[in-house]
Amino acid sequence: MSQQIINQVTQEFIKSDVPSFRSGDTVKVSVKIKEGNRERIQVFEGLVIKRQGGGVSETFTVRKISYGVGVERTFPVHSPVVEKIEVIRFGKVRRAHLGYLRGLSAKASRIKERR
Amino acid sequence: MAKGILGKKVGMTQVFDVDGRLIPVTVIEVTPNVVLQKKTVETDGYEAVQLGFNEKRANIVNKPQTGHFAKVGTTPKRYVREIRLQDMNEYEPGQEVKCDIFAAGDYVDVTGTSKGKGFQGVIKRHNFGTGPMAHGSKYHRGVGSMGTIDPNRIRKGKQMPGRMGHETITIQNLTVVRADAENNILLVKGNVPGANKSLVIIKNAFKKQK
Repeated sequence: MSQQIINQVTQEFIKSDVPSFRSGDTVKVSVKIKEGNRERIQVFEGLVIKRQGGGVSETFTVRKISYGVGVERTFPVHSPVVEKIEVIRFGKVRRAHLGYLRGLSAKASRIKERR
Repeated sequence: MAKGILGKKVGMTQVFDVDGRLIPVTVIEVTPNVVLQKKTVETDGYEAVQLGFNEKRANIVNKPQTGHFAKVGTTPKRYVREIRLQDMNEYEPGQEVKCDIFAAGDYVDVTGTSKGKGFQGVIKRHNFGTGPMAHGSKYHRGVGSMGTIDPNRIRKGKQMPGRMGHETITIQNLTVVRADAENNILLVKGNVPGANKSLVIIKNAFKKQK
């Protein structure tokens, strides 16, 4: 009963058009950015290294190498700021959380494609 | 104007605000309260409104209580609490009070009974520091000094182990995120004292009243 009430509260925020993706996949995330009263969309492309939580609180972390520096950003899956999530490549991995990639060279951190 | 309502803590979740930020909220179920009695200076010596909340089976209510509920023509209520209000002109016995007395953006004080922790030591109960755990220190989670030797007794107020929790706690100045009178749900930003399903009293914030 309690959980039903909580679900009812958060229901309106849950997106139905989120594509299915998991860690190891490469995604393109379109993020809305507000500058004063102007709004534009920035694309953050990289490898999903984990998905955490459930319901409205679910988040995923995307890692990319930008000018030789590793950058990780965590987004709430159902956030209104995340305009679109596009899956570019499905990766074949045997872990849910790919923290081990952080210490690896670019060559060692290649991931095979899942078909 | 002072106002208040009784509710049941349902649990916590998160919602997005207009800027897309996730905010932590406590969900409070506020089914309509019924004004059972008005206490006035002439008859009782103080001013208050007695509210009843949450249904209760009629066969477990004793006769005096049954009469009290029957007087205002309502079903028996599980929780009966008084709320001190200064200006009570708009409250009449038998009237329903809904959560739409609050609106999004209002500040509220929420009172509840905190979770009981049982018998606890000074480290958890009074935030004392621990002794060194290693290097043969032999002194880990003890109470420490009882104070100066001079008075030959322990001074009053010395913090010691004992029962912790299960006390009335008020958290002030919480923001109302949403007041949904249709579904009887109140969303308050942040946490609220007590376990889920426990009674909470929501009043408008004492420190924000003008």
